[in-house]
Amino acid sequence: MRVEAQGIGWHASGRGIVEGVDLVLEPGETFGLIGPNGSGKSTLLRLIAGLLPRAEGQVLLDGRPIHRMPRREIAQRIALVAQHADTTDTLSVRDAVELGRTPWLSAFAPFGPEDRQIVDEALAAVEIAHLAGQRWHSLSGGERQRVQIAKALAQKPRLLMLDEPTNHLDIHHQLSLLRLVGGLGMTVVMALHDLNQAMGCDRVGVMQAGRMIACGPPAEVISPGLLSETFRVGASCLTDPRDQSLLYRFHILENDR
Amino acid sequence: MKGPASPKGLALTVTLCVAGGLAMLLLAVLAGTVIGEAPLPLTTVGEVLAVRLFGAAHALDPIDAGIIWNYRLPRTLVAAACGAALALSGLVLQSLVRNALADPYLLGVSAGASTGAVAVTILGVGGGVIGISSGAFIGAALAFALVAALARAAGGGSAQMVLAGIAGSQLFNALTSFFIAKSANAEQARGIMFWLLGNLSGVRWPDVSLAVPVAVAGFLACLIHARALDAFSFGRESAAALGVPVRRVQLLLIGAVTLMTAVMVSLVGAIGFVGLVIPHAVRFVTGPRHFRLIPASALTGAVFLIAADIVSRMLIAGQVVPIGVVTALVGAPAFALILIRNRVQA
Ligand SMILES: Nc1ncnc2c1ncn2[C@@H]1O[C@H](COP(=O)(O)OP(=O)(O)O)[C@@H](O)[C@H]1O
Ligand SMILES: [Mg+2]
Repeated sequence: MRVEAQGIGWHASGRGIVEGVDLVLEPGETFGLIGPNGSGKSTLLRLIAGLLPRAEGQVLLDGRPIHRMPRREIAQRIALVAQHADTTDTLSVRDAVELGRTPWLSAFAPFGPEDRQIVDEALAAVEIAHLAGQRWHSLSGGERQRVQIAKALAQKPRLLMLDEPTNHLDIHHQLSLLRLVGGLGMTVVMALHDLNQAMGCDRVGVMQAGRMIACGPPAEVISPGLLSETFRVGASCLTDPRDQSLLYRFHILENDR
Repeated sequence: MKGPASPKGLALTVTLCVAGGLAMLLLAVLAGTVIGEAPLPLTTVGEVLAVRLFGAAHALDPIDAGIIWNYRLPRTLVAAACGAALALSGLVLQSLVRNALADPYLLGVSAGASTGAVAVTILGVGGGVIGISSGAFIGAALAFALVAALARAAGGGSAQMVLAGIAGSQLFNALTSFFIAKSANAEQARGIMFWLLGNLSGVRWPDVSLAVPVAVAGFLACLIHARALDAFSFGRESAAALGVPVRRVQLLLIGAVTLMTAVMVSLVGAIGFVGLVIPHAVRFVTGPRHFRLIPASALTGAVFLIAADIVSRMLIAGQVVPIGVVTALVGAPAFALILIRNRVQA
């Protein structure tokens, strides 16, 4: 599915939170969204998912404007794992993941064996099959994060959007999540804080003060100049002797107080 | 909490549950007709029902037949409809506004309905064109809109919602008292005060033909949105991301809740605690999924209110205690338990 955002933006409390973002996501690519806190990454993700009222510009899914599509059809194509998710209901992990099947079910298509299988696969994909019967409340932050990702996988979307998905995850699960989304074959957009993880994306977009100031392959976009201007850090570029890949080590700039 | 694996097993379970639920409801209705100040034997009740429903030929004691057919049966049926409607209203509000303390009584919707009904009855608002139920509906809708707007303006949190509900209830209760003081004579005032606390004494057959269809329609409206209500577990935006047309569902279900509350209040007065306590009690047994929660809450609410009505008739010999008093006597301690349990979880 080709996703095209044309001049999208959103205003709140009298200021532009996101302004004039143009973006085309090619089928199957992994797109990393980076930028400092409050730069509008989460808002941009919600805009692309069509979740914000009074949005400016338009988002096209395979040429169809998203604001004219029924919510159900959007949800069959786009899944969003929000940055924060919590519930007061005493849901089990399986209950929560089954919610991902919602856009595919109706009175005439009730939850069936295929849905059960999709849920089982989603649970297995993020290594939480053993938690299926456990209560949401009893999970750790990282386990909850993986439940939300399983819920999104169960949605069988063509565009998967993840808002800081590696937050709360231990290093093993961070790496296995990144490998998982790389191998899904679907378009993935994720907001990331770890710039070295962003280096693994096909392309990255850099958000600053609501605008996308750069977009392209990570090796071209993530440069010492960008890091000092946007993230206010200095960086040394190192080479991993294992596979010759580039990685950054950061330090605070001397003239920054 | 794993469901049956095969669709066939599921169909069987559903059939059994529905049959069991209907049987329980039937038993409760029978109990409501048999038990009373003058206990009438089941055989008499059976004979009356056989004659009235199926045209059987029996010689009936006209007084017994009158008590059963004109008084006890209609009030028991209205109690059932009312209990189901209130429990569903509470459940749906709790799920939609994501607040364990949401309920039409606490959020001021019942108070608004009372004000609307009183305005129509004693002030003659609407000039006879608007019925009591419609007046109650307008009052309930106004109250809900006001409370929701206030809660939103105050920041939209859980506590704000409850506080706005208190403000709304107080305002509409004050308006009701004001209308009564201004326009009602002493006898009217007494009657209305009795009705305000919840009272099924005046219920007759025409009330049944309003209460039961509204409760059934409300039940079906909730049931077809069971999956959408599940999707609200992680909040409004998550429901939208799962494909639920959030605004339409909210509007429709809040409309259904307002209608159910308004009709029940206009018939029997504002009965508290049913909507608050029943869904919480039922969740313990059925878990959080609405496909089970909705029918179970409706059934439990119906049976609970029939039982409360029986108690209200029997508690003091020769007198009817307002049913709202009975539900509060049971509901307030249960409510206290919910509060304590929520504190432990937080
Ligand atoms: N509903 C809202 N009303 C007002 N301001 C908002 C709202 N949502 C987000 N913001 C503001 O927009 C900015 C960008 O937020 P966000 O998209 O969450 O940034 P990021 O995810 O990049 O940290 C923040 O400064 C935040 O305070
Ligand atoms: Mg964010």
